[in-house]
Amino acid sequence: MTLMKLTKSQLLQAYRRMQTIRMFEERLHKEFATGEIPGFVHLYAGEETAAVGVCEHLTDADHIGSTHRGHGHCIAKGCDVMAMMKEIYGKRDGLCAGKGGSMHIADLSKGMLGANGIVGGGPPLACGAALTAKTNKTNGLAVAFFGDGGFNQGTTLESMNFARVHDLPVLFVLEDNGYAETTSSDWSIGGGDPVRRAEGFGIPGIRVDGHDFFAVYAAAKEAVEAIRSGSGPQFIHIEFTRYYGHFEGDAMTYRPPGEVKEERAFLDCLKFFRARVTQGGILTGEQLDEIDDEVEALISTAVAGAKAAPLPVEADLTTNVYLNY
Amino acid sequence: MSVKSFREALNEAFRQEMRRDPAVVLLGEDISGGMGSGGEQDAWGGVLGTTKGLMPEFGRERVLDTPISESAFIGAAAGAAATGLRPVAQLMFVDFFGVCGDQIVNQMAKFRYMFGGNATTPVVVRALCGAGLRAASQHSQMLYPVFTHFPGLKVVIPSSPYEAKGLMIQAIRDDDPVIFLEHKAMLDDTEEVPDEAYAIPFGEARTWRDGEDITVVAFGRMVQFARQSAEKLAGEGISCAVVDPRTTSPLDTETILNSVRKTGRLVIVDEAYPRCGMAADISSIVAEQAFDALKAPVLKVTPPHTPVPFSAPLEDAYVPSPAKVEAAVRHVMQADRLAGAA
Ligand SMILES: Cc1ncc(C[n+]2csc(CCOP(=O)(O)OP(=O)(O)O)c2C)c(N)n1
Ligand SMILES: [Mg+2]
Repeated sequence: MTLMKLTKSQLLQAYRRMQTIRMFEERLHKEFATGEIPGFVHLYAGEETAAVGVCEHLTDADHIGSTHRGHGHCIAKGCDVMAMMKEIYGKRDGLCAGKGGSMHIADLSKGMLGANGIVGGGPPLACGAALTAKTNKTNGLAVAFFGDGGFNQGTTLESMNFARVHDLPVLFVLEDNGYAETTSSDWSIGGGDPVRRAEGFGIPGIRVDGHDFFAVYAAAKEAVEAIRSGSGPQFIHIEFTRYYGHFEGDAMTYRPPGEVKEERAFLDCLKFFRARVTQGGILTGEQLDEIDDEVEALISTAVAGAKAAPLPVEADLTTNVYLNY
Repeated sequence: MSVKSFREALNEAFRQEMRRDPAVVLLGEDISGGMGSGGEQDAWGGVLGTTKGLMPEFGRERVLDTPISESAFIGAAAGAAATGLRPVAQLMFVDFFGVCGDQIVNQMAKFRYMFGGNATTPVVVRALCGAGLRAASQHSQMLYPVFTHFPGLKVVIPSSPYEAKGLMIQAIRDDDPVIFLEHKAMLDDTEEVPDEAYAIPFGEARTWRDGEDITVVAFGRMVQFARQSAEKLAGEGISCAVVDPRTTSPLDTETILNSVRKTGRLVIVDEAYPRCGMAADISSIVAEQAFDALKAPVLKVTPPHTPVPFSAPLEDAYVPSPAKVEAAVRHVMQADRLAGAA
C-alpha cells in the first residue's frame, strides 16, 4: 500500500498512538524495577503496529477483546492514559478503581472489553460484542486480539467456528510475538501455518510483517471493510517480537542472546515508520520529534499523577460486586 | 533432614517419585521451558520454578511442556491416568480451572463411580492458589471448596514445606484423582524437611498446637496465621488448639470434633470465599455432631463475598490476617463470658 492513502493527520495520529504505547511501556519497565508497581505487568513494546494498525479503523462503537498484554490495545482504542497509569498503580481513580490492575484494564465506553488474565478469555467476548452489533444492525464489528499461545486455546478455536457459522462481524488478530511465556510459537502452533488453520474454519486470513505499520494497517483496512460489508469473520496473523520479558522480572534466558537487540536495531516499527514517512517527504522529522516530546511529557505527567493519587479505601472492597443484592 | 523451601520440598517430591516410578510423568505449560526456542532449555521449570531441573534428569518424554490448551492436557492427564500412567499435571494458576473444568469435575472425578468401580485414575492436578501477590481477580483465588464439592476428587492444601513434600508424595502414590493446591505466597517459606521420601496420609489432620480454651481450624497459609495468633494469645492467657486438616477431602472430622469437645469453642480461618466454603462446612458438622460441647457460637474468619481485588490496601483488607484471627478468638472468648454472666 502506498503511504498516500493515509492523510497527514492520519499518519500523525498513528505515530502518536504507537509512540504513546512505546513510551508508556518503556517507562513502566523502569518504574517496575523500583518496586513501586504491584502485581504482574506484561509489556506490549515491539508490538505497537498491531493495536494501532487495527484500531485506527475502528470507532468507539466497535469493540475489542484484549489479552494480559493489554496496555497497547487500551491506548490504541482510546483509553485515558492517565487513568490507565493510575489503575496500574492501584489507585482509587484508576480506570477500574484500583480493583483490576494492569491485567484487567477496561473501558466499555471506548469499546474496550478489557485486558484479560485468562489466555483465550477474549475471543468469545468479542464474538458476543459482534453478535450485539449484528443483532442491532449497527454495522459495528468486534476484534479479538490474542497471542500465539492463545491461538491454541479451545475458546479461541471455538470462537472462530462460532463466528463462522453465525457470520459474525469479528476480526481475529493473532499477535505472534514468537513466544508464549518461554515456549516458541514455531513449536506450539501445530501445523505451522496459522492462516491455513483459519482457512480450515472457513475464515479468510492473511499473514503480515508486524514490523511494518503500513502492512498491518492495509491488511486491517481490507479485513474491516470486508466485515462491514458483510463477509463475516476475517483473520490476520501478525508477526513481530516482544521487547521485554513475558512479564516484568523475566530474565528471558530462553531467548537466543541478542535477539531483542537485533530486532530493535534493524526492525523497530517506530524507526521504520519514521524512515518511511520522512524519506517520502510526507512528514518532517521535526513533526515527529514534536510528538515524541509531547508524548514523553504526557507519560511523565501520568506517572507523577499516578504516584500522587490516593489509594482506595477499605469500604471500596465490597462495592460493585453486584448492581443490587 | 535439611532446611528446604516449599518450592524445593515439592521439587524433591517430584524427583524422588519420578525416580521410583517410571509411570510418573509431568505435564504443564512451561514446566520446563524454552520449548522450540533458541535459548536456554529448562529456562523456567514452571512459572514459579517448582519443576526446575527435572527435565534435564528425566527428559522431555517425562516432563512435557504443553501448548496453552488446558482442556486438552488436563483431560489427557486424566485419560493417561486411566490407562496406565501416573501424570502430575500443572494447571498453572487454579483460577484457570474454569477453562478445563469439565475434564476435572465431570471426567476424572466420576470415572470410578460411573464405571461401577472399573476405573482407576491416579492423576494429580496441581495449581498455584491464593491471594497476597497483587495478582488480582483471575490469579488469586482459593478454590478448594469448589473441588471439595465434587465427589471423587481428593483435595490437598499443604501448610508448610514439610507438609508439601509428604502430601505431594502421597498425592502421586494415591490411586484417586487429587487436586493439590500450592499457595504462591508460601513458595519461599523454609523449614526442616527430611531428605528421604515420606508420605503423609490423607484425611489425617495435623494438630500443630494443643489447647484448652479454643480450637482454631485453618487451611494452607491460614495455618501459619493461626499459629502466629495462637502464640500471641498464649501470652494473654488464652490457650488455642490449632488444627490443620491438610486435606479438605477427605476431611478428618474426628480430630476437629475431638478438639472442639475439649475446648468448647471454634474459630475457622478460611482464605476461600465465605459462601458454601470449608468454614461453613465445618460449622455445620460441628453444629450437628458437637452442639452440646459448644460454649459459644462458632466464628468464621474469611474474606468478604467479593472477588479478590488488585490494589494493595484492598487485598490486604480482603485476606484474613493474624490480627483478624486474634480478634475473632477474643470475640468468641468474650461471647462466652458474656453468656456465662447472663
Ligand atoms: C487459561 C490460562 N492459561 C495460562 C495462563 C498463563 N499465561 C499467561 S500469559 C501466557 C502466555 C501467553 O502467550 P501468548 O498468547 O503468545 O501471549 P503473549 O504473552 O506472547 O503476548 C500464559 C501461559 C493464563 N493466564 N490463562
Ligand atoms: Mg506470544
